[in-house]
Amino acid sequence: MDDEKVFQEEEDTQKDKYLTFSLGEEVYGIDIKVVIEIIGIQKITVVPEVPEYVRGIINLRGKIIPVVDMRLRFKRDFREYTDRTCIVVIEVNGVLIGLIVDGVSEVLDITEKNVVPPPDLKASQNKYIRGIGKTEEGVVLLLDWMKLFSEDDQEMFDEMNADTAENREAAE
Amino acid sequence: MAEPMVEVFIFETKQFLEQLEQIALGSEEQGGFSVDDVNEIFRAMHTIKGSAAMMMFDQVSTLAHSVEDIFFYIRELKPAKVDATAITDIVLNAVDFMRIEMDKLEAGGTPDMSSEELRNYTKDFLRNFKVENGHDPDIDLRKVKNAKKSEDQATPEPEPPKKQYYIGAAKQPAPVQEAQSDDAVHVYEATIFFQQGCEMEEVRAFGVVNNLKEKVIELHHLPEKILEDESATDTIRDLGFRLFFTSKLNMDDIKAELDQTIFLDHMELKELASTAECEYWPSQETIAITALENSEPIKPDLPAGVAGPVRQKPQPKPSTEGAQMITVRVDKLDKLMDLVGEMVIAEAMVTQNPDIAGLELDNFAKAARQLHKINGELQDSVMALRMVPLEGTFKKMNRIVRDMTKKLGKKARLVLVGESTEVDKNINEHISDPLMHIVRNSVDHGIEMPEVRAEAGKDETGTIILSAENAGGEVVLKIKDDGGGLNKEKILDRARKNGIINKPESELTDQEIYSFIFAPGFSTKEKVTEFSGRGVGMDVVVSNIKSLGGKVLVDSEPGMGSTTTIKIPLTLAIIEGMSVAVGDATFTVPINYVSRSFRPAEGEIFRDPDGSEMIMVQGNCCPVVRLYDVYSVPGAITDPTDGILMLLEAGDTCFGVMADKLLGVQEIVVKPVPKYISRRVKTTGISGCTLLGDGSISLILDPQQVHNNIFD
Repeated sequence: MDDEKVFQEEEDTQKDKYLTFSLGEEVYGIDIKVVIEIIGIQKITVVPEVPEYVRGIINLRGKIIPVVDMRLRFKRDFREYTDRTCIVVIEVNGVLIGLIVDGVSEVLDITEKNVVPPPDLKASQNKYIRGIGKTEEGVVLLLDWMKLFSEDDQEMFDEMNADTAENREAAE
Repeated sequence: MAEPMVEVFIFETKQFLEQLEQIALGSEEQGGFSVDDVNEIFRAMHTIKGSAAMMMFDQVSTLAHSVEDIFFYIRELKPAKVDATAITDIVLNAVDFMRIEMDKLEAGGTPDMSSEELRNYTKDFLRNFKVENGHDPDIDLRKVKNAKKSEDQATPEPEPPKKQYYIGAAKQPAPVQEAQSDDAVHVYEATIFFQQGCEMEEVRAFGVVNNLKEKVIELHHLPEKILEDESATDTIRDLGFRLFFTSKLNMDDIKAELDQTIFLDHMELKELASTAECEYWPSQETIAITALENSEPIKPDLPAGVAGPVRQKPQPKPSTEGAQMITVRVDKLDKLMDLVGEMVIAEAMVTQNPDIAGLELDNFAKAARQLHKINGELQDSVMALRMVPLEGTFKKMNRIVRDMTKKLGKKARLVLVGESTEVDKNINEHISDPLMHIVRNSVDHGIEMPEVRAEAGKDETGTIILSAENAGGEVVLKIKDDGGGLNKEKILDRARKNGIINKPESELTDQEIYSFIFAPGFSTKEKVTEFSGRGVGMDVVVSNIKSLGGKVLVDSEPGMGSTTTIKIPLTLAIIEGMSVAVGDATFTVPINYVSRSFRPAEGEIFRDPDGSEMIMVQGNCCPVVRLYDVYSVPGAITDPTDGILMLLEAGDTCFGVMADKLLGVQEIVVKPVPKYISRRVKTTGISGCTLLGDGSISLILDPQQVHNNIFD
């Protein structure tokens, strides 16, 4: 795994570096600077009443962090976890979150000039994609983690309100 | 956060303010100021003045100075007529002012509020005070003390005669030496006179020393002790502030430097040939010895006839006492606490390791027991570090009762019981506001006017009892007053208007009616007063207490008074919990909620027509919830006779929760649910999570919330 090396690198050398991981057929990239570490899949404690994509919480050396299944997050089918399945632990605004991905591949250098903005498709979830990076092997979808997790909160709020409203109706 | 120096200043000043408040209140009660009190107040004000001036907070320092003057007067001339209440008012007003300024400073602001009004009031008061006691209002105490004439204040002081303080003759200064090479060390003697009436000469002198510090190589000054010695002010005023120092700067630079001194009247600066010519140039040994012997600061001999009143200078405390107390930042304690928490878990991970399960390991077991014991003690000590007595918080209430009774024309006294009860620092901080609100309410709404009380055959002076006691894992605080009690009708009326009654009125119990006062925006008071009636307050009380995991109850008897009871867990960080398995999941319930657990017999659980389950336990019918149902956990045992039923007590109600099996009682370290998730589960009765011995996570149930969610 590359994380040992990653840890030793300085802030400015992390620029334009992306950790790539796969979700089904696609390759996604996330800024290396928000990645704390990569761990194998481990026992997840289910937390009630959260959206399906929040699989629960895990114990990361005494810290308790939530884990999000990225497949479910992007509305793909659930796939059983295997040896290849990884949890990418990232830190967004001081909050640790684990991302469950099909597998991590490598750390890539993608300079800004090799990144094109995503097409403006109404139907797609491109709002979570900051851009599309071109590499020799193909394309990498660069995640907009900031947006992804700040909007998550918002969405969760909305869902929660909807839930409670439903519950109330059901109760009455 | 402010820089360390400011932080220390705030911390110390606040401590002094608290001390001042207590002394002032105590003195008022006794109807006068004892010699000790006067000294204490004087000293506290003096120190605040000094440090505030050092920090350049002039408003605070001048105010402290004016208050100090009053006590100076009392101390020196021992006036016969002392209006303790009025003086207490002055002290308290000053304390309040400074406290506001300190809060401002703490919040990152600048303490810039003008204290002029207070200061003038204090000065006027002192003048009248002096006149009342037959003293000249313009009397200069410092001069009285030094048995000097107090006339001709307007004319500048005559040049003080040169005096010989120490060994070595006062030599005439050597003529200023011609420009030397730049790195040569010059020896200077400077005498600084401050303007007449600039006051606080000692503080200004300290400023001079501070400014010079960086520019000089070695510096000595007379008087030697500026801030510590109370006579320093007089010496500086009369003889000037004398500095002896060596510096690489040339004469002009030094002069320019000293010229910047605020309130400088005039100064004399001479260059000496060598340090030997200085009148005062203690060797390093002398300094060290002085420091060692330093019970009394070295003072220059005062002119003959300084009989003056004997001063009761408090002896400096033995230095060993200081070493027994250290101030530690709370975040360091928190860190330590976290680590101990981790250790508790780590210990369980080792001793309950699956690898050794079922093995007969005598020696290991012995060692593990030892470890467990030490860990337990360590945990207790760390907890004890964070425990502080409620005393300080309780005593603050004295002030509130005093202020309020005075303004409202009521009579009440506050009785404190069990103020030495210790609680976690966090709790202590958060309890202060709720207590204040309740005590205010008691005085404002509870205690009646003296006439009314007399009519009702009660003592004119109302009594408010504030008590604290440890009960199990909880601290129980009670605020009991002997006032008129809560008016049920009024509360009901108001509740109707606010539309917060959610069931038929005839079904409301007294308790339920009383608890309406905790609803937001609720006030039966027609008029908004300074103290209460705005309807904010009691709901704040409840939410504050709830955030501490506690609860508030109120009870009342018409005509006899009311009692507010607050129950708070002793500590929030490590609790004993009963863990149960439900399917793959683990839940933990704080042990103090669990009354019993048992396996229900066939048919013991029955359903009402709506399908809700319940069980008869000791003649009480308790509702039953299935945890797997509530939290949709797959793979759990669904037949009650195969599982286990835990009977939980939350508040006055009792209910059963059904789980698969008991995992045992364990000390658990409460960790917050990750923020990302906590927004959602706030309402579902999960108050936190914890790590079990095997490293897996268990969710901590809050029985009260579970109860509310399911049954309300």
